[in-house]
Amino acid sequence: MSKTSSGTLYRGHEGMWSWVGHRVTGVVIFLYLLVHVLDTALVRVDANAYNAVISTYQTPWMALGETGLVAAILFHAFNGLRLILVDFWKQGTKYQRQMLWGVMILWVVVFAGFAIRHLSLAFGGH
Amino acid sequence: MSVTIPAPRSQRIDPKYKRGPKSRSSFEMLAWLFMRLSGVALIVLIFGHLISNLIVGDGINAISFGFVAGKWADPIWQFWDLAMLWLAMLHGTNGVRTIINDYAEKHSTRAWLKGILYVATIFIVVLGTLVIFTFDPCVAGSTLPQC
Ligand code: HEM
Repeated sequence: MSKTSSGTLYRGHEGMWSWVGHRVTGVVIFLYLLVHVLDTALVRVDANAYNAVISTYQTPWMALGETGLVAAILFHAFNGLRLILVDFWKQGTKYQRQMLWGVMILWVVVFAGFAIRHLSLAFGGH
Repeated sequence: MSVTIPAPRSQRIDPKYKRGPKSRSSFEMLAWLFMRLSGVALIVLIFGHLISNLIVGDGINAISFGFVAGKWADPIWQFWDLAMLWLAMLHGTNGVRTIINDYAEKHSTRAWLKGILYVATIFIVVLGTLVIFTFDPCVAGSTLPQC
Protein backbone atom coordinates (compact mmCIF):
# COMPACT_ATOMS: atom_id res chain seq x y z
CA MET A 1 0.00 0.00 0.00
CA SER A 2 1.28 3.43 -0.83
CA LYS A 3 2.35 5.46 2.15
CA THR A 4 0.27 8.42 1.00
CA SER A 5 -3.01 6.59 0.41
CA SER A 6 -6.03 7.69 2.36
CA GLY A 7 -9.74 7.24 2.49
CA THR A 8 -9.80 3.68 3.72
CA LEU A 9 -12.48 2.49 6.13
CA TYR A 10 -9.95 2.24 8.93
CA ARG A 11 -7.37 4.96 8.56
CA GLY A 12 -8.05 8.12 10.56
CA HIS A 13 -11.17 6.70 12.20
CA GLU A 14 -11.84 5.58 15.80
CA GLY A 15 -10.45 2.12 15.12
CA MET A 16 -7.05 3.54 14.21
CA TRP A 17 -6.91 5.91 17.17
CA SER A 18 -7.85 3.21 19.65
CA TRP A 19 -4.99 1.12 18.19
CA VAL A 20 -2.56 4.03 18.54
CA GLY A 21 -3.73 4.57 22.12
CA HIS A 22 -3.39 0.89 22.96
CA ARG A 23 0.16 0.80 21.57
CA VAL A 24 1.34 3.99 23.31
CA THR A 25 -0.17 3.04 26.68
CA GLY A 26 1.32 -0.48 26.39
CA VAL A 27 4.85 0.90 25.95
CA VAL A 28 4.44 3.51 28.72
CA ILE A 29 3.19 0.87 31.20
CA PHE A 30 6.03 -1.47 30.26
CA LEU A 31 8.70 1.21 30.83
CA TYR A 32 7.14 2.11 34.17
CA LEU A 33 7.07 -1.57 35.17
CA LEU A 34 10.85 -1.84 34.63
CA VAL A 35 11.44 1.12 36.96
CA HIS A 36 8.85 -0.07 39.48
CA VAL A 37 10.52 -3.49 39.91
CA LEU A 38 13.86 -1.72 40.42
CA ASP A 39 12.54 0.66 43.10
CA THR A 40 10.71 -2.17 44.90
CA ALA A 41 13.93 -4.22 44.85
CA LEU A 42 15.30 -1.74 47.40
CA VAL A 43 13.32 -3.59 50.09
CA ARG A 44 15.99 -6.29 49.74
CA VAL A 45 18.84 -3.79 50.24
CA ASP A 46 17.92 -1.33 52.98
CA ALA A 47 14.61 -0.43 54.63
CA ASN A 48 15.52 3.26 54.89
CA ALA A 49 16.56 3.47 51.23
CA TYR A 50 13.17 2.00 50.24
CA ASN A 51 11.28 4.40 52.50
CA ALA A 52 13.22 7.35 51.07
CA VAL A 53 12.30 6.44 47.48
CA ILE A 54 8.67 5.70 48.37
CA SER A 55 8.34 9.05 50.11
CA THR A 56 9.04 10.74 46.77
CA TYR A 57 6.06 8.80 45.35
CA GLN A 58 3.98 10.44 48.08
CA THR A 59 4.63 14.00 46.90
CA PRO A 60 1.92 15.85 44.92
CA TRP A 61 3.89 15.93 41.64
CA MET A 62 4.51 12.20 41.70
CA ALA A 63 0.87 11.64 42.66
CA LEU A 64 -0.12 13.46 39.45
CA GLY A 65 2.25 11.19 37.51
CA GLU A 66 0.77 8.09 39.16
CA THR A 67 -2.70 9.33 38.27
CA GLY A 68 -1.62 9.65 34.62
CA LEU A 69 -0.14 6.16 34.72
CA VAL A 70 -3.36 4.70 36.11
CA ALA A 71 -5.27 6.52 33.33
CA ALA A 72 -3.03 4.69 30.82
CA ILE A 73 -3.49 1.31 32.55
CA LEU A 74 -7.27 1.70 32.71
CA PHE A 75 -7.53 2.57 28.99
CA HIS A 76 -5.23 -0.31 28.01
CA ALA A 77 -7.13 -2.76 30.24
CA PHE A 78 -10.65 -1.83 29.05
CA ASN A 79 -9.65 -1.50 25.40
CA GLY A 80 -7.75 -4.81 25.72
CA LEU A 81 -11.02 -6.47 26.75
CA ARG A 82 -12.65 -4.90 23.68
CA LEU A 83 -9.91 -6.35 21.45
CA ILE A 84 -10.45 -9.78 22.99
CA LEU A 85 -14.20 -9.50 22.31
CA VAL A 86 -13.54 -8.40 18.71
CA ASP A 87 -11.42 -11.54 18.24
CA PHE A 88 -13.51 -14.12 20.09
CA TRP A 89 -17.12 -12.89 20.08
CA LYS A 90 -19.09 -13.58 16.90
CA GLN A 91 -20.64 -10.12 16.82
CA GLY A 92 -17.38 -8.50 17.93
CA THR A 93 -16.39 -6.80 14.67
CA LYS A 94 -19.94 -5.56 14.13
CA TYR A 95 -20.07 -3.83 17.52
CA GLN A 96 -16.43 -2.70 17.81
CA ARG A 97 -17.42 0.99 17.56
CA GLN A 98 -20.14 0.70 20.19
CA MET A 99 -17.72 -1.20 22.39
CA LEU A 100 -15.19 1.62 22.02
CA TRP A 101 -17.82 4.00 23.40
CA GLY A 102 -18.36 1.56 26.26
CA VAL A 103 -14.61 1.55 26.88
CA MET A 104 -14.49 5.36 26.96
CA ILE A 105 -17.48 5.65 29.34
CA LEU A 106 -16.12 2.99 31.69
CA TRP A 107 -12.70 4.63 31.52
CA VAL A 108 -14.02 8.10 32.46
CA VAL A 109 -16.08 6.74 35.36
CA VAL A 110 -13.41 4.48 36.88
CA PHE A 111 -10.66 7.01 36.29
CA ALA A 112 -12.65 9.80 37.95
CA GLY A 113 -13.18 7.58 40.98
CA PHE A 114 -9.49 6.74 41.19
CA ALA A 115 -8.29 10.32 40.63
CA ILE A 116 -10.55 11.76 43.34
CA ARG A 117 -9.44 9.16 45.88
CA HIS A 118 -5.73 9.19 45.05
CA LEU A 119 -5.28 12.95 44.68
CA SER A 120 -7.22 13.75 47.84
CA LEU A 121 -4.99 11.31 49.75
CA ALA A 122 -1.80 12.73 48.24
CA PHE A 123 -2.77 16.43 48.48
CA GLY A 124 -4.77 16.12 51.69
CA GLY A 125 -1.67 15.17 53.64
CA HIS A 126 -2.35 12.76 56.48
CA MET B 1 -16.00 -9.50 -28.88
CA SER B 2 -15.42 -10.17 -25.23
CA VAL B 3 -12.22 -11.13 -23.51
CA THR B 4 -12.21 -13.58 -20.63
CA ILE B 5 -9.58 -12.91 -18.08
CA PRO B 6 -8.91 -15.99 -15.96
CA ALA B 7 -8.76 -15.64 -12.20
CA PRO B 8 -5.19 -15.21 -10.97
CA ARG B 9 -3.59 -18.48 -10.03
CA SER B 10 -0.27 -17.17 -8.85
CA GLN B 11 0.61 -17.79 -5.20
CA ARG B 12 3.43 -15.28 -5.43
CA ILE B 13 3.72 -12.70 -2.67
CA ASP B 14 5.64 -9.57 -3.62
CA PRO B 15 9.09 -9.96 -2.01
CA LYS B 16 8.78 -6.54 -0.37
CA TYR B 17 6.13 -7.99 1.95
CA LYS B 18 8.43 -10.82 2.98
CA ARG B 19 11.05 -10.41 5.66
CA GLY B 20 12.22 -13.94 6.21
CA PRO B 21 11.72 -17.54 5.21
CA LYS B 22 8.22 -18.83 5.84
CA SER B 23 7.95 -20.55 9.17
CA ARG B 24 5.82 -23.54 10.02
CA SER B 25 6.09 -23.01 13.77
CA SER B 26 3.01 -22.07 15.77
CA PHE B 27 4.96 -19.67 17.99
CA GLU B 28 3.23 -16.53 16.69
CA MET B 29 -0.21 -18.04 17.19
CA LEU B 30 0.64 -19.09 20.74
CA ALA B 31 2.01 -15.60 21.42
CA TRP B 32 -1.24 -14.11 20.11
CA LEU B 33 -3.25 -16.40 22.40
CA PHE B 34 -0.98 -15.64 25.35
CA MET B 35 -1.57 -11.87 24.93
CA ARG B 36 -5.31 -12.46 25.36
CA LEU B 37 -5.16 -14.96 28.23
CA SER B 38 -2.55 -12.96 30.17
CA GLY B 39 -4.55 -9.77 29.50
CA VAL B 40 -7.61 -11.20 31.25
CA ALA B 41 -5.52 -12.42 34.21
CA LEU B 42 -3.69 -9.08 34.43
CA ILE B 43 -6.97 -7.19 34.82
CA VAL B 44 -7.66 -9.12 38.03
CA LEU B 45 -4.04 -8.97 39.26
CA ILE B 46 -3.43 -5.27 38.52
CA PHE B 47 -6.82 -4.06 39.76
CA GLY B 48 -6.31 -6.02 43.00
CA HIS B 49 -2.82 -4.53 43.32
CA LEU B 50 -4.05 -0.95 42.83
CA ILE B 51 -7.00 -1.38 45.18
CA SER B 52 -4.98 -2.89 48.02
CA ASN B 53 -2.04 -0.45 47.67
CA LEU B 54 -3.66 2.85 46.65
CA ILE B 55 -7.39 2.78 47.42
CA VAL B 56 -8.06 1.10 50.78
CA GLY B 57 -6.93 2.52 54.13
CA ASP B 58 -4.50 5.42 53.82
CA GLY B 59 -3.58 4.53 50.23
CA ILE B 60 -0.26 5.89 49.01
CA ASN B 61 0.47 7.50 52.40
CA ALA B 62 0.55 4.09 54.11
CA ILE B 63 3.20 2.55 51.85
CA SER B 64 6.53 1.90 53.55
CA PHE B 65 8.96 -0.94 54.21
CA GLY B 66 6.65 -2.18 56.96
CA PHE B 67 3.67 -2.22 54.57
CA VAL B 68 5.58 -4.41 52.11
CA ALA B 69 6.75 -6.72 54.92
CA GLY B 70 3.14 -7.07 56.10
CA LYS B 71 1.92 -8.01 52.62
CA TRP B 72 4.67 -10.54 51.94
CA ALA B 73 4.14 -12.22 55.30
CA ASP B 74 1.09 -13.64 53.51
CA PRO B 75 1.89 -16.31 50.89
CA ILE B 76 -1.19 -15.28 48.91
CA TRP B 77 0.26 -11.82 48.25
CA GLN B 78 3.65 -13.36 47.46
CA PHE B 79 2.02 -15.53 44.84
CA TRP B 80 -0.12 -12.61 43.59
CA ASP B 81 2.91 -10.39 43.06
CA LEU B 82 4.93 -13.20 41.49
CA ALA B 83 2.16 -14.00 38.98
CA MET B 84 1.74 -10.29 38.21
CA LEU B 85 5.49 -9.84 37.68
CA TRP B 86 5.82 -12.77 35.30
CA LEU B 87 2.63 -12.21 33.32
CA ALA B 88 3.08 -8.44 32.98
CA MET B 89 6.73 -8.79 31.96
CA LEU B 90 6.04 -11.51 29.38
CA HIS B 91 2.96 -9.70 28.04
CA GLY B 92 4.81 -6.37 27.86
CA THR B 93 7.93 -7.93 26.32
CA ASN B 94 5.91 -9.72 23.67
CA GLY B 95 4.01 -6.49 22.93
CA VAL B 96 7.23 -4.49 22.54
CA ARG B 97 8.67 -7.30 20.37
CA THR B 98 5.70 -6.85 18.03
CA ILE B 99 6.27 -3.11 17.92
CA ILE B 100 10.00 -3.56 17.13
CA ASN B 101 9.09 -5.98 14.31
CA ASP B 102 6.65 -3.39 12.97
CA TYR B 103 8.91 -0.36 12.91
CA ALA B 104 12.54 -1.50 12.70
CA GLU B 105 12.90 -2.36 9.02
CA LYS B 106 16.60 -3.25 8.96
CA HIS B 107 17.40 -6.80 10.03
CA SER B 108 20.36 -5.82 12.22
CA THR B 109 18.42 -3.03 13.94
CA ARG B 110 15.60 -5.45 14.76
CA ALA B 111 18.03 -8.02 16.11
CA TRP B 112 19.80 -5.47 18.32
CA LEU B 113 16.63 -3.94 19.73
CA LYS B 114 15.15 -7.34 20.53
CA GLY B 115 18.42 -8.48 22.10
CA ILE B 116 18.42 -5.45 24.42
CA LEU B 117 14.73 -6.07 25.19
CA TYR B 118 15.28 -9.73 26.14
CA VAL B 119 18.30 -8.96 28.33
CA ALA B 120 16.29 -6.30 30.20
CA THR B 121 13.34 -8.68 30.57
CA ILE B 122 15.42 -11.54 31.98
CA PHE B 123 17.19 -9.17 34.37
CA ILE B 124 13.96 -7.67 35.72
CA VAL B 125 12.10 -11.00 36.01
CA VAL B 126 15.01 -12.69 37.83
CA LEU B 127 15.58 -9.70 40.11
CA GLY B 128 11.87 -9.37 40.98
CA THR B 129 11.51 -13.10 41.63
CA LEU B 130 14.54 -13.14 43.93
CA VAL B 131 13.26 -10.09 45.84
CA ILE B 132 9.91 -11.79 46.51
CA PHE B 133 11.42 -15.14 47.57
CA THR B 134 14.39 -13.89 49.58
CA PHE B 135 12.60 -11.01 51.30
CA ASP B 136 13.99 -10.41 54.81
CA PRO B 137 11.85 -8.36 57.23
CA CYS B 138 15.03 -7.72 59.29
CA VAL B 139 17.15 -6.33 56.45
CA ALA B 140 19.53 -3.42 57.24
CA GLY B 141 17.64 -0.38 58.55
CA SER B 142 14.50 -2.33 59.50
CA THR B 143 12.74 -1.07 62.64
CA LEU B 144 10.10 -3.81 62.75
CA PRO B 145 9.43 -5.06 66.32
CA GLN B 146 10.48 -8.67 65.65
CA CYS B 147 14.05 -7.64 64.74
C1 HEM C 1 -4.59 -4.75 32.44
C2 HEM C 1 -4.78 -5.79 31.67
C3 HEM C 1 -4.28 -5.86 30.24
C4 HEM C 1 -5.04 -6.27 29.18
C5 HEM C 1 -6.50 -6.70 29.20
C6 HEM C 1 -4.19 -6.21 28.01
C7 HEM C 1 -4.59 -6.62 26.74
C8 HEM C 1 -3.82 -6.53 25.61
C9 HEM C 1 -4.19 -7.02 24.32
C10 HEM C 1 -5.49 -7.77 23.98
C11 HEM C 1 -3.19 -6.71 23.45
C12 HEM C 1 -3.19 -6.94 21.94
C13 HEM C 1 -2.22 -7.98 21.50
C14 HEM C 1 -2.26 -8.13 19.99
O1 HEM C 1 -2.55 -7.17 19.26
O2 HEM C 1 -2.00 -9.27 19.55
C15 HEM C 1 -2.17 -6.01 24.20
C16 HEM C 1 -1.00 -5.50 23.67
C17 HEM C 1 0.01 -4.92 24.41
N1 HEM C 1 0.05 -4.80 25.79
FE1 HEM C 1 -1.42 -5.29 27.05
N2 HEM C 1 -2.95 -5.76 28.36
C18 HEM C 1 -2.94 -5.54 29.72
C19 HEM C 1 -1.86 -5.12 30.48
C20 HEM C 1 -0.62 -4.75 29.98
C21 HEM C 1 0.55 -4.39 30.79
C22 HEM C 1 0.61 -4.40 32.30
C23 HEM C 1 1.54 -4.05 29.90
C24 HEM C 1 2.96 -3.61 30.18
C25 HEM C 1 3.77 -4.24 30.99
C26 HEM C 1 1.02 -4.20 28.55
C27 HEM C 1 1.73 -3.95 27.40
C28 HEM C 1 1.27 -4.21 26.12
C29 HEM C 1 2.00 -3.91 24.90
C30 HEM C 1 3.39 -3.24 24.81
C31 HEM C 1 1.21 -4.36 23.84
C32 HEM C 1 1.54 -4.30 22.33
C33 HEM C 1 0.75 -3.21 21.65
C34 HEM C 1 0.77 -3.33 20.15
O3 HEM C 1 1.27 -4.32 19.60
O4 HEM C 1 0.27 -2.39 19.53
N3 HEM C 1 -0.30 -4.62 28.64
N4 HEM C 1 -2.58 -5.92 25.52
